[in-house]
Amino acid sequence: MAQPRVQWFKFSSPPNFYDLSGRLIPWFGGLAAILFVAGLYVGFVVAPPDYQQGDSYRIMFIHVPAAWMSMFLYVLMAVYAAIGLIWRVKTAEVMAKAIAPTGALFAFLCLWSGALWGKPTWGTYWVWDARLTSQLILLFLYLGYMALHGAIEDRQRAANASAVLALAGVVNVPIIYFSVVWWNTLHQGASITVTSAPTMETVMFTALMLMTFACWTYAIAVVLWRARLELLERERRAKWVLERMGGKA
Amino acid sequence: MRALLNALLSLLRRDLLLAVRRRQDALVVLGFFVVVVSLFPLGVGPDPQLLRSMAPGVLWVSALLATMLSLERLFADDFRDGSLEQLLLTPQPLPLLVLMKILAHWLVTGLPLVLISPLLGMQLNLDGTEIAVLMMALLLGTPILSLVGAIGAGLTLGLRGGGVLISLLILPLYVPALIMGAGAVDAVMYGSSPDAHLSLLAALLIFTLLLAPWAIAAALRIMLD
Repeated sequence: MAQPRVQWFKFSSPPNFYDLSGRLIPWFGGLAAILFVAGLYVGFVVAPPDYQQGDSYRIMFIHVPAAWMSMFLYVLMAVYAAIGLIWRVKTAEVMAKAIAPTGALFAFLCLWSGALWGKPTWGTYWVWDARLTSQLILLFLYLGYMALHGAIEDRQRAANASAVLALAGVVNVPIIYFSVVWWNTLHQGASITVTSAPTMETVMFTALMLMTFACWTYAIAVVLWRARLELLERERRAKWVLERMGGKA
Repeated sequence: MRALLNALLSLLRRDLLLAVRRRQDALVVLGFFVVVVSLFPLGVGPDPQLLRSMAPGVLWVSALLATMLSLERLFADDFRDGSLEQLLLTPQPLPLLVLMKILAHWLVTGLPLVLISPLLGMQLNLDGTEIAVLMMALLLGTPILSLVGAIGAGLTLGLRGGGVLISLLILPLYVPALIMGAGAVDAVMYGSSPDAHLSLLAALLIFTLLLAPWAIAAALRIMLD
């Protein structure tokens, strides 16, 4: 049997993952910084004010990527949790745990920026609209996941138990995603879909995309970093850790 | 097949018998439900119109909280005296055994809530059809609460402060049932048909019935590892 050129499973072994992530983090971190600066510049300086909302619409440049990331990260966390639970891949368990705080941060950012945008536009910080409420639930799901992980002392058992919880909660993500469509409440529908051209100006769209990729690269860098530390802590008695730490432990 | 049926029925009988012997456990849940609902008129004022419009939500949220109260005990007693481990060791499929335990739990705690709800609905000025829809919604919804709640009960088994943790884990997962259950009563209150909400609730019940027992079985195996 021919060997595939890149052996992906190689990186599921903790030392290989550790080395690879160590090399990737500076790149993604640096890229995130550049993209954030570029995105904020285009979003705040280049893009014109909206004809309806004036300048307040600019909050969307952080609000929308945060909303996307918070939902996507939950699904990703559940996928890693499932891989860890089914195939007992240690690195996947670590990744699932590492994703949760970043996902919670984005869910919080989304709610926070939404509230700040809501005051000038809707005249209120908060309404019990389907989208807002379901996003709040998503934040609670992240908090519950982290709380359960923290409450169980044994690492292996904590990883398995919270994996079951992550999988039970993933049922809610489609509800959140489609809530704008299913319940016709205050929150506006999507301006950007895969199937049609965006209904906004190119400059705004560019800024939004820059910010989205900035959030992506930031999330990758931070999650890998957290996973790395978690892995070190978990494997602190393993030989590869001792080798990389210069023999002192 | 015969042995499986026997095992399931005897497990159900055992759990119900235990519940009958310790009647106060089930009564506390029912009492909690009644007291919480009765506190609302005292808290928000006795305006009949206001109470009526709040009734679906109040009844549903109180049912949620009452269910939470009983969840901690669902596996805890069996865990403490070791019979849960025996259950895991039997050749019978664990998801089915778990389903029986949940059925017993629902018969003891969920069903009484459904049966007493008309009285509380009348106290909050609901009329005949609304009460019928409320009972229907609770009948479909309370098994969901037991099933989903059991996942949380399994996951927090033997943890310090497990009771508080359950609420953080499970209440977000209760939201769909809450929205559709209260929505059904709301719909009939505003003169439209509750069918859509009730159908969704029934679909959710079937979905939960299919998947939750496996999740609970997995949770129990992990926590008793």
